[in-house]
This record gives sequence, structure tokens and C-alpha cells, in this order.
Amino acid sequence: MPDSRTRKLGWGFVLFFAPVFVWLFLLFVLPHLDLLRLSFVGTDYYGKSGLTLDNYTAFFVEPAYWMTLLRTAVYSLIVTAIILVLALPMAFYITKVVGLRVRGLLTLMIVVPFWVSLLVRVYGWMIILRESGIINRVLVGLGIWQTPLEMLYTDASLMIGLIHTNLLFMLVPIMGVMDSLDNALIEAGSNLGASKFMIWWKIILPHCMTGIMSGSIIVFMLVAGSYIAPALMGGKNSLWFTQQIYNQFIIAFNWNQGAAFGFLLLVTSSLIVWVALRVTGQKLGEVVQ
Amino acid sequence: MPMDLSVRAVSKRFGAFTAVDNVSFDVEQGKFFSILGPSGCGKTTLLRMIAGFCELSSGSITIRGQEMAGVEANKRPVKLVFQHLALFPMMDVKENIAFGLRRRRERGSAVRKKVEDMLERVGLPGFGDKRISQLSGGQMQRVAIARCLVLEPVVLLLDEPLGALDLKLREHMKVELKKLQNEVGTTFVYITHDQSEAMVMSDYVVVMNQGHFEQIDTPQNLYMNPATSFVAQFVGETNKFTGRLDGDTAGRFFIGLEGGIQLLVPNPSNVQVGEEIELFVRPEAISLTSKSASPGDAANILPVVVRAVLFDGGNSRVLCGIEGASKELVVRLPQNRPNDIKAGDRLFVAWDPIRSVCFQGAGVTPYAGL
Repeated sequence: MPDSRTRKLGWGFVLFFAPVFVWLFLLFVLPHLDLLRLSFVGTDYYGKSGLTLDNYTAFFVEPAYWMTLLRTAVYSLIVTAIILVLALPMAFYITKVVGLRVRGLLTLMIVVPFWVSLLVRVYGWMIILRESGIINRVLVGLGIWQTPLEMLYTDASLMIGLIHTNLLFMLVPIMGVMDSLDNALIEAGSNLGASKFMIWWKIILPHCMTGIMSGSIIVFMLVAGSYIAPALMGGKNSLWFTQQIYNQFIIAFNWNQGAAFGFLLLVTSSLIVWVALRVTGQKLGEVVQ
Repeated sequence: MPMDLSVRAVSKRFGAFTAVDNVSFDVEQGKFFSILGPSGCGKTTLLRMIAGFCELSSGSITIRGQEMAGVEANKRPVKLVFQHLALFPMMDVKENIAFGLRRRRERGSAVRKKVEDMLERVGLPGFGDKRISQLSGGQMQRVAIARCLVLEPVVLLLDEPLGALDLKLREHMKVELKKLQNEVGTTFVYITHDQSEAMVMSDYVVVMNQGHFEQIDTPQNLYMNPATSFVAQFVGETNKFTGRLDGDTAGRFFIGLEGGIQLLVPNPSNVQVGEEIELFVRPEAISLTSKSASPGDAANILPVVVRAVLFDGGNSRVLCGIEGASKELVVRLPQNRPNDIKAGDRLFVAWDPIRSVCFQGAGVTPYAGL
């Protein structure tokens, strides 16, 4: 009786997922649709509001805006790449080199900082890096530096903050796929004469590609959309596009402009993800699994 | 004959546990050499040391005269067919086979030609473009072997590669593998716990137990003249009796079983009168007869009750209980004439003591825990 079976499944599906759909629709789809509408609304000189493309043209006309978005996109890609380069050997060490007990300990050490609020972690870095912070105290105290050096509010400090706060989201998917790599494949590569580099290039990386891509997408989206780390650790010269959106909504109280910026960020990051998937020949469906 | 592989006094210790205990052997060029032993006897560790995945605690390994100490795994002239084959699923068949060639910086049409020749040789012509997931178990097997042989290794190591195949295919691959080895003439070192695989294919077999070698010999000798009690039990099927060795004035030796039964023992050179010994008789050395014993017989003749006929085609056996004792015997069912032996029959079993072997009681039983 395949008919009644599929019908039953259908009812169960509707019953269990209805709250999810309602939730998504009310809190995600509706607000976004309204923001999308807002982004096309403008108020003219006489205070009359109507449909317009002004909010979008303003972005392209004013270099401060599109330069910030470009900067955000490029820096997000760089941060994602650095996180990937850090995460690959870490994941390999944890899943393939150490024993089970050390593995548990290391995994815990990576996860525990994430039990603490993002804000607290960023403040932690500020305590370490700032002019009156730990590093400066120690180095000046030891006489290595004559005067304290301000290490916060630079591109470097911003990157340190972004890398540290997002590393976990790269590590977890990569550890997952690396765990499923049969050790015998690595040994087989070596037995057939491959160097360590070639084993990474020909066997480990292709095997981990889905994990690498899903980790990279998550990290890239999080970094491009992050606010706290750029706001607290970045300088005035390292403005993040999320800060531009914040400025429009909260400071300028220009919701229409803010909504347009929000969609521009969404479209830009989606476009970059799409290009990355095309270039690496991966399918979104496989990557998100 | 030059030696392709020489293993000298090799040991491997993991903490207090000795996995491989002072083993030595040589493999002549072009021979099929098997290491046979129960799981956990150290045979895989030994293989991994030869392949360079595992450091030696002591001893030395030389391959065609070249000392292997300090030579990285990826620089050794030995190739390994892994237990679960370890084909690269991210590559197709021809890329798998070309993998090693490319690592040697061979390029272009030469590689293509070698890959095609090798596929032909293992009976998979035209399979180059298939994905690994499209292959059957037997085909994967061939690709794994082709991937190694295309590199023309001095020694090909095989780690129970037939374990994952079903019985029929395994029987078939045994013959294929032996034929292939004859054709290519490469030295094969084959690891298995399946004594039939070792016996069928090998020129020489070493029986390994708890890290040390029990006997290195031809399959025939292992079966006919086992050197130790372990080999007698592990290689082939056998019946085992234990008892104290006794002798009489006529120069005959025997052991006593329960119920006053005495079994004649072949002239013992390795045991003393009064010692606990183990006596082994192969099922095919025993014949079933209706003739009872008479005094002064040179053979062992015992009255038995047939408990069950274990039918297995040409390898059928009869399970018999010795009358007046709890001991059971497995006897090969005669194949050359029709018979109507059935459970409950009362018969006699007879064997010539020369066809049995005895050892000092060691108390070892392969798979005793099972």
C-alpha cells in the first residue's frame, strides 16, 4: 500500500515542520521582503515618498560606500583563506596524528572558548593587544621595547580577531570529512611513491573538498557579516561594510539606504560563494550535507 | 638464486608487548612466499615494517641487497596491496594505476601505454575511464594489483587482499593470482590467516604464531611433516590425542586413553617415555573398516560409533565417537566407492602409526579462545 504510506508521511511532515515554516516565514522571509521593499523606496525633496533606485545609485556614486564593500569582500576572502590554511593542519593533527584521548582534549580546547560570548572573546584580545595590555606591559617591563606600542585598531588586529572568532566553523566540517578519510589511502599514496606534498594535493585535499567548501562558505558569510570584531578591534581606517549598514539604520536613521546596503552585502557575498563553487566544481547540495 | 628480500633478526616491541619476535627469512627472486598465521600473530606488523610504515625495534631488512633502514616508505622498491585495497575514490581507474608512474615524473603517451598494457594483463581492458565505485569486488582487486605491478616493484606485498571477497570469487582469484605471479615473475610476499590460500598459491609458507616463526617450508612439507604442534593443528584439519608416552619390551611406543585404549605412536625421537605428548592424525590417514582388531596389529584399530556424516562434496567427513571413550574423531569419507555410512553405524577406524606425528605436550591450540 504505497499510497497510504506516502500520505501518512505527508501528514507527519506537515505536522512537524509547520512550526518551522511559520517561524521562518514570520521572522525571516517577511522582514526580508519588507526590507527589500524599503530599499526601493525613497523620499524626494518635497517629502513625498515613492519607488526609486536612488538608494542603490547612491552606493555606486559614493566611493566611500563601494570601497568599503570591496574592502570587506577582499578582507573576508583573505581571512577565510588564512583560516583554511590554519585549520587544515590542525584538523589533520587532531584526527589523524594524535590518539583518542589527546584528540578529545584538543577538541575540547577548541570548543571551550566558544562557550564564552563573542563579545568577551573580542575584549580578551583587546586586553592582550592594547597599549596598556599584557604584551606591551611584558615587553616594556623587560626593556625590549622603550615605549608601549598600540597594536589595536589596525588591519592586523582586526584579522586576528576575525580569525580567532571564526576558526571553529572551519575546523568542525573539515575534521568531519578528514575523519572519514581512510588512513590506508595516505599510506597507499606513500607506498606508491608520493611525497608528503603530493599526498596532500592528490589525496587529502580532494577528499576533504566538501568539508573545505562548506567550512569556507560558513566562515566567509560570518566574517563578511560580522560586526563586533571590526567595530571593536578595527581602526577608523578599517571600516567594515556592516558598520556602514549600522550607520544608516541607527545613526542616519535612513532605513531605505540601510536596507539597500543590506541587500548589496547579501548579493555580493552570495555571488562570491557561487563563483567559488563554480571554480572548484562543487555543488551546493553536496557541500551543505 | 639472488635473494629479493632478506629479513634478519627483526623484532618489533610496542611497550612491553612484543609483536614480532626475532624473525629471519629470505625470499628468492620470483617466488611466491606466504606468511600464514592467526589474527594478531604479528604478520601485518611484519609487513608494515617491510613497507616502511613502521620502525624496527631491532634487526635489519634488505631488499635486493639494499639496506632499508632510513629509507622512507615512498622510496622503497616494494609495493603493497592493502587489505581493503585503498584505491583512491577521487580518481578513476587509469588515474589510480598511473598514480605511481606520475610520482616518478613519467609523462604522456608512455604512461598511457603502460596503464593500458597493465589493464590488459589483469583482464580489465577498456576499464580505464570507470570510477572506482563502479567496479565489483574482484575488479577492484585487479586494479589494486595493477596499480602496484605497473611500477615493476622488486617485491609485491599482499595483505590478505582476498579477505573481502565471497567464497567463489576468492577461489577464482587464488588461481588468477598464482597465474599472474607466474607471468610477471615478480616476487610476491602474501599475508593471510587462510591456510588454503597460502597452500594453494605459495612456493614457500612460513607459519607465524605470537610473533615468532614456527616453520618455514613448502606447503607439502608443512602439511606432511609439521615441525611443531602448532603447525600440525593450524595447517589443515587434524585429530589430536594427548597422553603419557609409554613403551613396551617389544620396542613399541603407545599412549593410553581412557577406558584402557592404547594408541600406537610412531617411533618417537623428539619425546621421552613418561612425558605428556600430543599425537596428531589427519582425517585422510584414517580408514573406516568393518574388520575388528586382532592382537599384534601394527595399526591402530578402534571401534567407533558414527555420530554424523558431514557432507561437503569431495571433502566430506564422518564424525565418529570412540566406543568406551568420550573422544571424537573426524575421518575422511572414502570417495572412491559408494558407501551407505549413516549416523548410528558401528564400525572400526584404522590408521598406520607412521602416518601420525607426535610432539611434546605444549598445550597450545590455535583459536583456543573461540
